[in-house]
Amino acid sequence: MSASHPPRPTRPIRFFHRGALQQIDSAAPTRTLLDWLREDARPRCTGTKEGCNEGDCGACTVLVAERDDAAPGGVAIRNVNACLRFLPTLDGCAVLTVEDLKPIAVAHGQPAHPVQQALVACHGSQCGFCTPGFAMTMTGIYEEHCAAGTRPTRQQLADDLAGNLCRCTGYRPIVDAGEQMFDAPAAPIDRAALRQQLDTLAADATPLTLDDFAAQRLARPDTRIVAGATDVALWVNKQFRDIGEPLWIGRVAELRRIEVTADALHIGAAASLEDAWRTLADVVPTLREVWQRFASPPIRHAGTMGGNIANGSPIGDSAPVLIALGADIVLRRGAVERTMPLQAFYLDYMRNALQPGEFVARLVVPKPTDGTQVRAWKISKRYDSDISAVCAAFALRLDGDRVAEVRLAFGGMAAIVQRAAQTEAALLGQPWTEATLVAAQAALAQDFHPLSDLRASAAYRLKVSANLLRRLWLETRPDDPLPPEDTTVWTPRLTVPIHPETRA
Amino acid sequence: MSTVGTARPHESAHLHVAGAAPYIDDIAEVAGTLHAALGLSPIAHGRLLALDLDRVRAMPGVVAVLSAADIPGTNDCGPIVHDDPILAQDTVTWRGQPMFAVIARSRGEARRAAALAVQVATIEPLPAVLDPLEAHALQQYVVPPMHLVRGDAKAAIASAPHQLDGRFSLGGQEQFYLEGQIAYAIPQENDGLLVHSSTQHPTEMQHVVAHALGLSAHQVQVQCRRMGGGFGGKESQSAVFAAVAAIAAHRLQCPVKLRPDRDDDFLITGRRHGFEFRYRIGHDDLGRILGADVEMVSNAGASADLSAPVMTRALCHFDNTYWLPNVDLRGYCARTNTQSNTAFRGFGGPQGALAVEMVLDSVARRLGLDPLEVRRANFYGTTEHNVTPYGQTVEDNIIAPLVTELADTAHYRQRRAEIASFNATSPVLKRGLALTPVKFGISFNVAHFNQAGALVHVYTDGSVLVNHGGTEMGQGLNTKVAQVVAHELGIPFERVRVSATDTHKVANTSATAASTGTDLNGKAAQDAARQIVFRLAQHIAARWLVPVGAVQFADGRVTAGAHAMAFDDLVAQAYAARVQLWSDGFYATPGLHWDREKLQGKPFYYFAYGAALSEVVVDTLTGEWRLLRADALHDVGASLNPAVDIGQIEGAFVQGMGWLTTEELRWQPMDGSRNAGLLLTHAPSTYKIPTANDVPVTPGAFNVRLYDHRNPADSIHRSKAVGEPPLLLPFSVFLAIRDAVSAVGEHQIDPPLRAPATSEAILDALDAIGAVQAVQAAQAG
Repeated sequence: MSASHPPRPTRPIRFFHRGALQQIDSAAPTRTLLDWLREDARPRCTGTKEGCNEGDCGACTVLVAERDDAAPGGVAIRNVNACLRFLPTLDGCAVLTVEDLKPIAVAHGQPAHPVQQALVACHGSQCGFCTPGFAMTMTGIYEEHCAAGTRPTRQQLADDLAGNLCRCTGYRPIVDAGEQMFDAPAAPIDRAALRQQLDTLAADATPLTLDDFAAQRLARPDTRIVAGATDVALWVNKQFRDIGEPLWIGRVAELRRIEVTADALHIGAAASLEDAWRTLADVVPTLREVWQRFASPPIRHAGTMGGNIANGSPIGDSAPVLIALGADIVLRRGAVERTMPLQAFYLDYMRNALQPGEFVARLVVPKPTDGTQVRAWKISKRYDSDISAVCAAFALRLDGDRVAEVRLAFGGMAAIVQRAAQTEAALLGQPWTEATLVAAQAALAQDFHPLSDLRASAAYRLKVSANLLRRLWLETRPDDPLPPEDTTVWTPRLTVPIHPETRA
Repeated sequence: MSTVGTARPHESAHLHVAGAAPYIDDIAEVAGTLHAALGLSPIAHGRLLALDLDRVRAMPGVVAVLSAADIPGTNDCGPIVHDDPILAQDTVTWRGQPMFAVIARSRGEARRAAALAVQVATIEPLPAVLDPLEAHALQQYVVPPMHLVRGDAKAAIASAPHQLDGRFSLGGQEQFYLEGQIAYAIPQENDGLLVHSSTQHPTEMQHVVAHALGLSAHQVQVQCRRMGGGFGGKESQSAVFAAVAAIAAHRLQCPVKLRPDRDDDFLITGRRHGFEFRYRIGHDDLGRILGADVEMVSNAGASADLSAPVMTRALCHFDNTYWLPNVDLRGYCARTNTQSNTAFRGFGGPQGALAVEMVLDSVARRLGLDPLEVRRANFYGTTEHNVTPYGQTVEDNIIAPLVTELADTAHYRQRRAEIASFNATSPVLKRGLALTPVKFGISFNVAHFNQAGALVHVYTDGSVLVNHGGTEMGQGLNTKVAQVVAHELGIPFERVRVSATDTHKVANTSATAASTGTDLNGKAAQDAARQIVFRLAQHIAARWLVPVGAVQFADGRVTAGAHAMAFDDLVAQAYAARVQLWSDGFYATPGLHWDREKLQGKPFYYFAYGAALSEVVVDTLTGEWRLLRADALHDVGASLNPAVDIGQIEGAFVQGMGWLTTEELRWQPMDGSRNAGLLLTHAPSTYKIPTANDVPVTPGAFNVRLYDHRNPADSIHRSKAVGEPPLLLPFSVFLAIRDAVSAVGEHQIDPPLRAPATSEAILDALDAIGAVQAVQAAQAG
């Protein structure tokens, strides 16, 4: 594929793979890590597979290690989809693929990595094509828990495996292996050695300051800003679009920062979706479900909150939640910053308020005031890693039995993520009764005229949105509010009693 | 220790986990390898007037562009009916049909050039039909209608105490093998070709390639070491990729690889047939079916492919585990302008059997009876009421004791009561429960496919190489065959290696399909191994002066009374004595016969049985649902490898659950829009197969066990086929959802639930109950 895009001169890209420094002097800026591994690397590394080339199957999962003083051993290790990862974004990193597992094990005097031993012993592979991807996701889980001295629950394993599809096994033996891999003698990655390697690259790399980035942006207003490329890579992989030489926002350390102050969260545009959502769910625990269901862990590691917001898809899940929380967006052009309510940022389908040379700098999310109840629900065909038919986020404050404050934001219901203005009006100041609810449900049909598409019909979108208002009412009504376990099948993960004698 | 019956890991497991098990795209490329991509029809139906291929040839990196005119032999890859052009000739019949092939220096260049298809094709549109019922109304079929009759269904229905009319819409399913379709063709000496093909049917690929190039079969060698999943999708439909790679390689005399992108794979190839059912049933007060009049319309897609045998199997599985004295079953394979549907695990059996389960579910609800009791009342007998509508006597019926064991150990009755009390007090969430049985016929419905060959080589060091006609797609076939051979030779499993399936080694193989892989190839390999054992025994018996029958092979040793020696030593000695240490083996399933016109005979060697009990919770506000617990008890006879078999059962359960719930196929209607006729769900971003979170994770909440039962038929070590039958177990999930929905109407109203039961379909069914209740309230008021 390199020949189809004439290579553009870029500064050499340097990263570690299989313990050795890889230097790429010339490559198309959109050459993916997957294609590099399978076609360019010497020897070719064909252990990493292509299943879909769009980040949805996980067969190409690899680990990327970066310097991070806050992470164990000063190294953050995250699983990502190699098919979406452009080579230039690996500059200064280390890449771990399935071929690395044996050397790690051998360094600990074992013939195979504990993940590999457990997958074999638990019969976790059948056709084997998805297996390297699972092995790498599981190695990431193994590393995380080894460093923390913990073990994952089966539920955590299932959540962490959400980005890896297996069509053969039905997953039970893979989850078993995820438990059993901690029983073998420990074989963690030598993080100190890895950190030393990464430090040798960092010494040469020039960090990009926010001011530099702003200046570059101003000088190149037509350039595509790329962060995790979880969407842009599809334009390249599937539509063959030429996006030119992008401006990588991920290099700007200041934009990756998340700060929690007394009254707000400040989320840098380049903070990963995983970090941003974890912080949001820490502050607002009812957001945990949307966090877990937002794409898959590899996508959340690669993608950014700013990217999701700036992309402006009407079916992105960040915007409804942030709008319901009353978030502001901070835009920067050159040295000038301006702030606006996030809902004002979206003008029309895929059109936003950004001026030429301007970019999203951060999001400021006020912490919900005492008494404000927040709910966010995602409706999709599958629990994990699916695009919402509807994503609804609600913030509601009652004064006695009256609705004192309300924000209702919906994704999937219009050309942009939008608040339900007439529905909010039908609620504001009213007693929070079933009659008020019914009036609000009726108003919803004035607010939205959704589309029918492959994910849902217009009728279902409207009906389910109205019913989510009812769920909100059931959970927040002054009299006899219902706990979530009575209103949703997901939270908490309901279980049935298992009669002891039927246990295998 | 016997190697047969042990739960050993898959023979490639240690390679899978190391990324060291090569699939075709991992094979080191021969220097000069070119890459192909297919130019696809941008419209669903039309006359192909012109292709401006010079524009495509002018694209960077393009070496050649081939169209139908460049095929020297037969432009056809239809497995039975010859209606399937490799490259479109005069018409295009679905959106995504290959029209031309680009051969370029890199895969990326080939794909970019092929994407010009939308600009370079001049097509005069013709009316396109996407909906099988619309095609049925137009009497537009890919093969003539089929009719399976016993007794007088209409009279039996008319005189029955109760009549039930219904319709049921059942969607199709994408195989979603993780490794997409791929072929890699390399020219060989003297006008030969080696084709690496990810295929379940190397012999058919050999034939298609030979016919397309006007070559003899012996010039074409097709190899497949392993597939990254097949599920039926690589039985016939690997052909277009093998053929195009071969045609290009032959013409250019260069190695050519064709690996379509996942989206193209979805757009080109077909899937499990969706079915539309219309039925009229007569039953008695106990829910016993007295007569069944059923119309089945399958969505065949644009060509016949395997639609006829799929419909045959659907008709032959409408009985599932039930005695149906009078049936009139009519099967129509509707021709639509969509991808040509094909084999998928179960091959019509699941569709046919789910229809009768829907019927019984409705019958029970109407009578206010427990659905399990209605099912039991209809079970086949063991000495009477035991002949299928297609004339085969069910001689091995174990469904009643199997179901009883499952119902008892999984506490069916107790949980029914618990669920009723939960639902009585739960305003939003409703739980549902269902126990469904399985009976699945094992053998190809076409008798002559039930044959297999194998080669076993014993080398002079005592190591063993096995080759057979089956293909490994993850199901553990090679593991089981190696176990069988190791058992016969009395040597450790590790001494046996299985090599790639290769048409130059074992000829005239059948597809690895219909769950028969181990039954056929295991027996053939056993036959080969036994011949070697016999020769070795003859040799050593003469030296030891013992009867041949006294010589035993076990634990790597050969013994007779006080005599003993190592297997490896005997092999070396026998070689020196000029004993043939390798052998072929052959097997043909006995006793099968089938009248394709009358749909009568004995198509199946035996039946595999099973049952599952599933419990779900449904959100009546959103239609969201979750599987809380599933228990399955399944009959694999005497298991050759319990770990492999449980893996097959669990995998089939989850795959079947996906089919019936989240896996929805949507085509853009013929609405004049830019996307008209396009399959919209053509990648994992839009087509949602189950993830780890869709399976209950609590220990014991997903509980699969093997039923203790030896196969009465003389199968390989009395085991039973396992690939397809458990795909029917998750009927219990679908019907548990229906049960939960039904709870909203106090189980008085039959929910019109379609499959897949997406949240939207579930909410629609809930609304329908609400609508009936509203009418009833108005009438009462």
